[in-house]
Amino acid sequence: MATEDDPSGPENPRRRDYLQIAAVSFAGVGGAVAVLPLINSMNPSADVLAQSTTELDVSAIEPGQAIKAQFRKQPLFVRNLTPAEIAAADAVPVSSLRDPQTLADRTKEGHGNWLITLGVCTHLGCVPLGAGEGENRGPFGGYFCPCHGSAYDTAGRIRQGPAPKNLEVPNYEFTSPTVVVVG
Amino acid sequence: MSFPWARHYEPKNALTQWIDSRLPLPRFVYNAVGAGYPVPRNLNYFWNFGVLAGVALVVQLVTGIVLAMHFHSSAAGAFDSINGTIMRDVNAGWFLRFAHANGASMFLLVVYIHIFRGLYYGSYKAPREMVWLIGVVIFLLLMATAFMGYVLPWGQMSFWGAQVITGFFSAIPVVGEWIRVWLLGGYAPDDAALNRFFSLHYLLPFVIAGAVILHIWALHIPGSSNPTGVEVKGEQDTVPFHPYYTAKDGFGVGVFLIVFSTLIFFFPDYLGHPDNYIAANPLSTPAHIVPEWYFWPFYAILRAFTADFIIPAKLWGVLAMFGSILLLFFLPWLDRSPVRSANFRPAYRIAFWVLVLDVLILGYCGGSAATPGVVIASQLTAAYYFAHFLIIVPIISRLERPKPLPNSITEAVLGDKGGSRMTETALSA
Repeated sequence: MATEDDPSGPENPRRRDYLQIAAVSFAGVGGAVAVLPLINSMNPSADVLAQSTTELDVSAIEPGQAIKAQFRKQPLFVRNLTPAEIAAADAVPVSSLRDPQTLADRTKEGHGNWLITLGVCTHLGCVPLGAGEGENRGPFGGYFCPCHGSAYDTAGRIRQGPAPKNLEVPNYEFTSPTVVVVG
Repeated sequence: MSFPWARHYEPKNALTQWIDSRLPLPRFVYNAVGAGYPVPRNLNYFWNFGVLAGVALVVQLVTGIVLAMHFHSSAAGAFDSINGTIMRDVNAGWFLRFAHANGASMFLLVVYIHIFRGLYYGSYKAPREMVWLIGVVIFLLLMATAFMGYVLPWGQMSFWGAQVITGFFSAIPVVGEWIRVWLLGGYAPDDAALNRFFSLHYLLPFVIAGAVILHIWALHIPGSSNPTGVEVKGEQDTVPFHPYYTAKDGFGVGVFLIVFSTLIFFFPDYLGHPDNYIAANPLSTPAHIVPEWYFWPFYAILRAFTADFIIPAKLWGVLAMFGSILLLFFLPWLDRSPVRSANFRPAYRIAFWVLVLDVLILGYCGGSAATPGVVIASQLTAAYYFAHFLIIVPIISRLERPKPLPNSITEAVLGDKGGSRMTETALSA
């Protein structure tokens, strides 16, 4: 009962306000923390992340050939560049590129003929053509995205069309001269 | 919140009196969509489309709930459960599936007519801004629901649609890729994405139903607008919603069902895309990705940006596409003309029809392959779309001289003498 001496009574509003603000803030923080696991549960689950390395044997890929593999359920292009394709990529002035990178930046030292990129157009995620036998490689001899006409060169760099970036080079390592571990 | 002459609900027997004194739900319905809601007497058939959208929502809810009883939401099972089990084995499954797929098109069709009705007759103006704002929210929810539903059959267009649409979010600087992976629950659309889309596709229609109740609530505070845009001045300007407009809407529902049935029974795949009868293949993109027809204008705006200007072209495209809808939230304050109906606004009326043509061209561009000619046409029409709302409408509302408005709805309907005649009839009745 609020009497005249009661320090929490209506004649002592500060104490009442303090309790109210403290209680509501505490409940608010608690509510916000409870939302975190809900948001986090929508991140890739452990079984999806478990697919995040892929081992590939590249010994059967001849110069000039490319294969489509899968990495994290996304297409992965592995291409054995010919000396002419390497020369064509090196001849482009880097400063003229939308996303300036040299071929050497995009390959591993000692494996300069192996161009390993994701087969995911950096525009809106279509799979570009050019890795399969007889597919259209576009005006720059690399890859060509049929969705909105992005053209990539022999280093997988964006040269024409709406895509903003070069084809992404995933983390990978040569564990032997013919075996690559991606991821 | 209603006009003083609105009829009052009077429970007739002991049971309805008992209910009314405990939970006055019948009274609520009577006042909302019954004889207790007075409506302008001069509504034309364009005022049917709100009710038609409600009918379409109910059709989608009912067919969708039954379809969900047969659908397997997994990347391995979704395609077969629709194209095998539902289409061939489930009793009348083909009917439910085609009704649901074409029902989405019918829903968007009537909603587009409903929106353009609002644009022509100035329904977004004071005191109905809140009705319009909630309507734009419903439209956004509807687009999200339609998109997620289109992913569920897990055909090639479903899969690549999901890839492209979630790819929009990767255009956001710095955190974009993280958001995309979070939305998909993986690095490419797969089980995780399909299951959450199914969950949300089931949830959102109920959210839409809730927003529709708010939409109607906000509408019933000022009452419905009408083709003259002149507010209701007295009892002679209105008729009770029931039976007058329930009957008129009933006729509209009949026409709606004829068109809907024609689609289901004679052209069930006309609005679909043949590529969606190929199961999703993450390693092969269809040569020509197009969304469903109702997204074509927005897809054309997305693709219209081809050059980087401060920020990348891709981000411009995504911002413009979302901006083209968010712009509608500001329309009540961009159009300052006090005259609502385009019937009395000669300049705005022309601008309205040019906008309709513009959106149709955008739609045509969005459905075509992105050849250079189509891209240029999309750029011009996308620019005009934004100019209409941001430049043309504000300027017209300043400079235009509207035609003289009728003194009242009744005068517009019956002429000078009609008003008094109507009042006499109303008095003698």
